[in-house]
Amino acid sequence: MTKPMLKMTAAFADVMPAEYVELVQSGPFGKGYGVADLGSFKELIEEHPLCAGCGLALAVRLIMASLPSPEDTVVVGSTGCSSLAFPQIALQNIHSLFGNQNAVATGLKRALTLRFPDKHKDVLVVAGDGATADIGLDMVLHSWFRGEKLATIMLDNEAYANTGGQESGMSPEGCVLNMAPTGKKFKKIALPEIARESGCAYVASVTPVQPRKLEKAVRRAILVAREVGPTYVQIFVPCPTNYKFKPQETLVKAKQKEKDQTYPLREFITPEAQSYLAAIEGGGKRD
Amino acid sequence: MPEQRVVTPEFLFTEAAREELFITGSEAVREAVRRGNVDMAISYPITPQSESMHLVGDIYAEGYVKDYYRGENEFAVMSSVAGAAMGGVRVFTATGGPGTMRALEMFPTWVGARLPIVCAFFTRGINSPLTIQPDTIEMAHMLDTGMIMLHAEDAQDLYDMILKAFIIAEQTEVHIPVGVFADGFFVTHTRDRVRVASPDLKLPPYKPYSAPVPVIDMENVPFRQMRDPFVMKSNYVSYAAHASWQQEVLAAAERARPFIRKYLGGLIEVENEHADILVLAGGTAVCQGREAIAMAREEGIEAGLIKIKSVRPFPSDELRALTANAKAVIVPEFNRVGWLSREVRNVVQNPDCVVPGPRVFGGMTMPPDLILAEIRRYARD
Ligand SMILES: Cc1ncc(C[n+]2csc(CCOP(=O)(O)OP(=O)(O)O)c2C)c(N)n1
Ligand code: SF4
Ligand SMILES: [Mg+2]
Repeated sequence: MTKPMLKMTAAFADVMPAEYVELVQSGPFGKGYGVADLGSFKELIEEHPLCAGCGLALAVRLIMASLPSPEDTVVVGSTGCSSLAFPQIALQNIHSLFGNQNAVATGLKRALTLRFPDKHKDVLVVAGDGATADIGLDMVLHSWFRGEKLATIMLDNEAYANTGGQESGMSPEGCVLNMAPTGKKFKKIALPEIARESGCAYVASVTPVQPRKLEKAVRRAILVAREVGPTYVQIFVPCPTNYKFKPQETLVKAKQKEKDQTYPLREFITPEAQSYLAAIEGGGKRD
Repeated sequence: MPEQRVVTPEFLFTEAAREELFITGSEAVREAVRRGNVDMAISYPITPQSESMHLVGDIYAEGYVKDYYRGENEFAVMSSVAGAAMGGVRVFTATGGPGTMRALEMFPTWVGARLPIVCAFFTRGINSPLTIQPDTIEMAHMLDTGMIMLHAEDAQDLYDMILKAFIIAEQTEVHIPVGVFADGFFVTHTRDRVRVASPDLKLPPYKPYSAPVPVIDMENVPFRQMRDPFVMKSNYVSYAAHASWQQEVLAAAERARPFIRKYLGGLIEVENEHADILVLAGGTAVCQGREAIAMAREEGIEAGLIKIKSVRPFPSDELRALTANAKAVIVPEFNRVGWLSREVRNVVQNPDCVVPGPRVFGGMTMPPDLILAEIRRYARD
């Protein structure tokens, strides 16, 4: 934001909603906070309507705390569980339709590039596995083929969670889910590898078990998308409701999959992105 | 590319000197976009639209449009122009027939998101076996998307309507998309005399912050958490919020009426309005209607002509008044379902006076004699 927009008319301070007052007084805009600062500032998301123990909700919270420049970040989401959380996030964000997020983001990014040629406006896509790897796959891939400077994040709960736990292309092979009554018949889609081959300059798959690692992947994805090209981060976000485990076991499940490598963690970086990251991360500074 | 000068819409539309070109409808699209101060255009090929967006690509290469690319399919293109419009720029695209149907899910969301997108639709058949021929059936599917729908009779209309569509769409109290429809091939692929303003004039730029909704750029308020947001809740507040927004969107189209009157001279055009036999048509069927009433006059039969320029909003009051004493309102159409005659029957005082036809489809042209035969029949009664 170019103007000091987040301020209050003093006379209205006592009638403004509490969360807005907090956002003005101790929000993250222009402060350079990160995951390590959680608890000391007003987060972009405070409440959310998602299930207890939802891995996706945790990931969204961590993503929002990882943005290099929240004051100049806009988000394009998609239909799914995360779309219930986005109205509660203090960033301008778009929900258009199920699956068209990378096409919407393409138009948005290009428009902002035309309007703000001297500024980085980070356009972040955050969508489910169904939205990203199934119904919207053509638009995801084409945004990568075209080299659109977008950071695409998949919240991978390995199912269509919002519609009641159906199989998605990202569900593990053999898994019994709705619409896969005898078990899924094909392998989990290898989207990180596909992303690497489709023009992404930076690709990572992570879990919320290691928040600092997740933060690093998200920041790298956003920074590389500014200067080099499209990026992709896939986050494993266990869903207690549809995979039928206790809410308090979410991180245990994620940890287990990390450990036995049934959810392989990846990081692919092109040489160009590597040298860009080396230059900006060299001093150990955050930006 | 000449240095272009920004002029007021009124100057560009009425006062500016015009020169006459002999061009196709597709070329008329290029000439409109050239003067439209368009930031971004996104294309996808489909007959009979493709040529128009090639030509828009050509003027992008010359510098008249700031960004342009070929998208991956029509649904994606309509999504991308939505993203661009939400980012605060003036966008243009075009499609037709199967492309319209492929993208259909997007159109009501353009309206709900209050995006002033201008899209040209070059109508063609939708059928199996595959047809690429002229047919206006896709307009039937578009009637209730909430978009403003203008119907061009010829290349001149197309040029004028596209330019005026930007200005109508971008009024703060309107701020919804406009579809400019023209009959594929008959308009796109034929040459006609078109009077255009000088190419070194252009419309004023779009003002993003004139939008009645926030622009997605983190440069305008609000951006804040909403506690207990109503979207997707199953409670009365949620239903009421959605219902009132849907009514507001309908009202936005209603509020377009005065701007359509101002810039297009009305939602309809009428010839010989006191005749009790009226031919009512949109698009190129108007031409055949005009010929038919001229032929009738030679036979000593008086008939009138109503040209529908705005399908949404629909000229209900105008038609009710004009048809009050009509014996017959003959509605020739280029589609098999007769959507325009249905629309007319819904608004006139005496629906029985509406003659739902003649209709041609499958690619046929409309012989004026078919319309004349109807005129004669009602003249005899
Ligand atoms: C065109 C269309 N088809 C289907 C749906 C129904 N739908 C809504 S959310 C959803 C599942 C979303 O799955 P995913 O992207 O994995 O997100 P999750 O809910 O798992 O977070 C589906 C199928 C829709 N909204 N639109
Ligand atoms: S259904 Fe699963 S992914 Fe969706 S909110 Fe509940 S726990 Fe989270
Ligand atoms: Mg999912």
